[in-house]
Amino acid sequence: MDETKSHDHPPRILVVDDETAIRRLLVTVLSSSGFSVHQAENGRLGLAAAAVVRPDLILLDLGLPDLDGVEVIRRLREWSPAPIIVLSVREREDDKVAALDAGADDYLTKPFGVPELLARIRGSLRRVVGQASEPVFRSGELEVDLAKRVVLVAGQEVQLTPTEYEILRIMVTHAGKVLTHRQLLSKIWGVSHLEQPHVLRVNISNLRHKIERNPSRPSLLLTESGVGYRLRTEP
Amino acid sequence: MINNNDDIRPSPEAMLKLAQAEEAQEGRGRLKIFLGYAAGVGKTFSMLSAARQRKREGLDVVAAYVESHGRTETDALLEGLAIISKLRLEYQGVSLFELDIDAVLQRHPQIALVDELAHTNAPGSRHEKRWQDVQELLTAGIDVYTTVNVQHFESMNDVVEKITGVVVRETVPDLLLDLAAEIQLVDIPPDELLARLGQGKIYIPEQATRAMEKFFQPGNLIALRELSLRRAASRVDDQMRSYMETRAIPGPHTVAERLLVCISGSPFGEKLMRTTRRLADEMKAPWHAIYIETPDTGRFSRENRERIWRDLRLAESMGATVASVTATTVAEAVADYACRHNITKIVVGKPTRPRWREMLRPPIVDQIIRESGPIDVYVVSMSPDERRATTQQRRQIRTIPWARHMAALVLVAGTTLFCSLVQPFFSPTNTVMFYLLAVVAAAIRLGLQPAVLTAMLGVLAFDFFFVSPRFSLAVADAEYLMTFAGFLTVGLVISTQVARSRERAESLRLREVQTASLYYLSRDLAGAADLVAVTGAVLRNLKESLKAEIVIFLADGEQLKIISASEKLDLDLKERAVADWTFRNHKEAGHGTTTLGSAALLYLPLKTSTSILGVLGVKLTDLADYNSQQHRLLLNAFASQTAMAIERVRFSQQAEQAQILQARENLERALLNSISHDLRTPLASITGALSSLQEQKGLDETAKTELLATACEEATRLNRFVGNLLDMTRLEAGAVRLKYTACAVEELIGCALSVIDPRLGKREIAVRLPADLPLVMLDMGCMIQVLVNLLDNSLKYSPQDQPIGINAQIDRAWLVIEVVDQGPGVAEADLERIFDKFHRVPAPEGVRGTGLGLSICKGFVQAHGGKISAAITQGGGLTVTLRLPLTPPPSQTEVNAHG
Repeated sequence: MDETKSHDHPPRILVVDDETAIRRLLVTVLSSSGFSVHQAENGRLGLAAAAVVRPDLILLDLGLPDLDGVEVIRRLREWSPAPIIVLSVREREDDKVAALDAGADDYLTKPFGVPELLARIRGSLRRVVGQASEPVFRSGELEVDLAKRVVLVAGQEVQLTPTEYEILRIMVTHAGKVLTHRQLLSKIWGVSHLEQPHVLRVNISNLRHKIERNPSRPSLLLTESGVGYRLRTEP
Repeated sequence: MINNNDDIRPSPEAMLKLAQAEEAQEGRGRLKIFLGYAAGVGKTFSMLSAARQRKREGLDVVAAYVESHGRTETDALLEGLAIISKLRLEYQGVSLFELDIDAVLQRHPQIALVDELAHTNAPGSRHEKRWQDVQELLTAGIDVYTTVNVQHFESMNDVVEKITGVVVRETVPDLLLDLAAEIQLVDIPPDELLARLGQGKIYIPEQATRAMEKFFQPGNLIALRELSLRRAASRVDDQMRSYMETRAIPGPHTVAERLLVCISGSPFGEKLMRTTRRLADEMKAPWHAIYIETPDTGRFSRENRERIWRDLRLAESMGATVASVTATTVAEAVADYACRHNITKIVVGKPTRPRWREMLRPPIVDQIIRESGPIDVYVVSMSPDERRATTQQRRQIRTIPWARHMAALVLVAGTTLFCSLVQPFFSPTNTVMFYLLAVVAAAIRLGLQPAVLTAMLGVLAFDFFFVSPRFSLAVADAEYLMTFAGFLTVGLVISTQVARSRERAESLRLREVQTASLYYLSRDLAGAADLVAVTGAVLRNLKESLKAEIVIFLADGEQLKIISASEKLDLDLKERAVADWTFRNHKEAGHGTTTLGSAALLYLPLKTSTSILGVLGVKLTDLADYNSQQHRLLLNAFASQTAMAIERVRFSQQAEQAQILQARENLERALLNSISHDLRTPLASITGALSSLQEQKGLDETAKTELLATACEEATRLNRFVGNLLDMTRLEAGAVRLKYTACAVEELIGCALSVIDPRLGKREIAVRLPADLPLVMLDMGCMIQVLVNLLDNSLKYSPQDQPIGINAQIDRAWLVIEVVDQGPGVAEADLERIFDKFHRVPAPEGVRGTGLGLSICKGFVQAHGGKISAAITQGGGLTVTLRLPLTPPPSQTEVNAHG
């Protein structure tokens, strides 16, 4: 919460969900964690509230009764840079990917634990505040110096191919955030490679073998099944 | 008002009869007959007047076939009625117009008018007779108004001939009269009729002018009029009686009589049957006609046998119950049948044989009278001069087998030659013995007549060649006359006896063959488990026993479908139409019958007591066999056996399906039980924990933590279970559409491990992968779920301190993944069944499974075109092996870029 203290008010969070029970839970939990919570029960009210409240972060349920969740994200992104965390059930994985590609920052699968939710909220808020990040990233045994282009694992330098380094660099600059396959592919190889996810998989696999202690149980470069990859920020 | 008097309640029998009659009427059309006694009495006129009346009442009336013969008053009545145009048939260069039965069936009016019921249709029509057309219309539910003269009814036929001297060729079974719901008598006095004839108001076909002149005599007309009046009156009487019976009005009901007539194939059979029918009518009694098959029957000429068959059919058309009985003696069989069927009167013909033959063997009449006990016996005269000169007249032609008589001649000549050679060594009296031997040989090999001939020729030859004076028929020693007489007597007796036993054996052999063929069929059918086996057995047996080619049609909904047919049969559309007719009308048709007789095959309905299953088409090699009683009986037996077998097969299939349904129901019940248990248990824990946290304020911290931990754990479990249920439902509904992406196996395993991470604790997981594993096309989400379920299982069932192994390798075109634990394993017998839904193995204390995990694994793996199997780990424990094809099945090649 160190970062949030730089604001002169507690961070405002807008909850858009049609389920009363979920809204009730979120309002209770988030208020007691020091956030100022606003709520809306459908997409239109959510968009209106976002314009009025100017929230620092939006929790958005994808299954809204009036508007498609992805559509809500698109409209929000037309003017608001506020991080959006998507809440969805497991069966809507395609929606999750679409939401992330449309501009959402993170997602949580229902049912979720409150500690997990709070961690995601803080992570997202931190990324907004700390845009101009330090050139050195540390997580567990991994140390990446973006300025010197050096990667150390447990103090030992590892040699990466240019592609592997590019992947790692992008992951580091978005540390803690889910990057979809599509986002990674377009950022590294350009839009022409969007239909070739296996290139990404091979490189991720190679990268893991170089930076992970146990590549079959990765602790840094995490797979978000069916969605994409995330670089863990906390050890 | 309650009437307690039992005596005047309708008898159950009477109620049953009425119920049956009404049942038979249900869905059937009603027949109304306009009955007259001669042409010109105004039947057509009356019918049309009635039809116009019905039309005014708003009914749909159609003139299906009305002949006005150019009479203007009739034509006037026809006006305004819908008319179905007649069917034009070309026969030997002549255009004939017939009732277009298909057009009427298609038009399906409420009432159809069909003139001249007794008409014989042109060759090539569907039915031989118009009354058969009418029957079909009635069956289709169309009411029919029709006209007929009284002399056309079968049972009146000979009486009319006697009265008028005119032979009526076109006859209608009396059955139709019984069938008619209403009979309207059309009557004018004969004087008036003759006056109309004089005015030329009566149409008479040219070719019948002479007959008609003979017919229209005042005496004839009076007699015919009386007949028609009596016939109509007896009908009214019937209705009155049935009305009285059903309403239980006491009256002088006649005692239930039953008549029996025996058919022997004699030319007088027809007369005998008509007489019986009239007697039965007068007594209002049902009657039976039976044919007794004895060993002697085998000696009957073919013509005689055909006549038996025809007579039986005639009897049936006159309303008799027909049966065929096999017995050794006629009289006994008749008496026995009479006893069993409560016959009260037997009708027999007066014997016509010469007196001297009766001395040898008492006539059958006498035997029957002796055997029949309390049953009355009516003896009907049948003198030869009464033999009817009808169309059906047949002279009994005895085909003399000349060849065999020639053989007898040769035999005698040969014997004579032999005797002349051995003559020096035997006395003449002993030479006779050789002739006797020849007689025996002739009786055995050639039959009765040649044997008798041999005996006679033998006497002559013996006398001529061996008795002095030789080469003369004169006899010197009178003692030889004794030898002749003895030889002749012995020869004749031997001939008769041997020939008879030979014929008896022959007839027995024939029956034996038939019985055997039926036996073989039923044996084969009993062993047939499915439809293919049944039809195969029928095909084979009919081919073997009757040399018949057959086709079997079975009902497929409303349509007939060929299920099986002999190779050589070529069925055109017409044949199929005949089969279809048989199917719709539940009656035999085609070759050898009077319905659609021009067809190449005979079609028999395959029907059981309750329904019609299909049609059996038969083509016999010998055309004459179609009319043979034995063949028809055998074919009918075959047909009913076949129908029963088909029905049995269907029933057993239905039973099987019912069993499957039952099993599915049981499974569904287990599913519901399991689901409600697995959903409620965690909910109970959560509710319990939360409510105590809410209500009991005095809980210490440890208790609170414990309760919260329980609630969290149970909620997680519930979530897993719901996930499993959803997966299962998707699999069951076939809604699993795999999203193939190129997966790294290591990543796949990593994902599964991260999902299950919270439950892993300190458990060691040993992952062994070759370095060069390629990417594999898989649905990652599904396969992660599979691995999670397998790992979850291993975690639950194996002890905490034992590691779990995950191995992967490539085996030719397969990716093989093994999940190995060192737990208690599974009993050998359970290895297959652990992948079944809701199959749970005995679990260690505290382990709770849903019984769904492994079956979901199986479902997902199979969706990938892969296999899943379980085996015992070496050294104990369970190893589950997945084999997944490296290239996805062709139907699943969709690649999703977003994975």
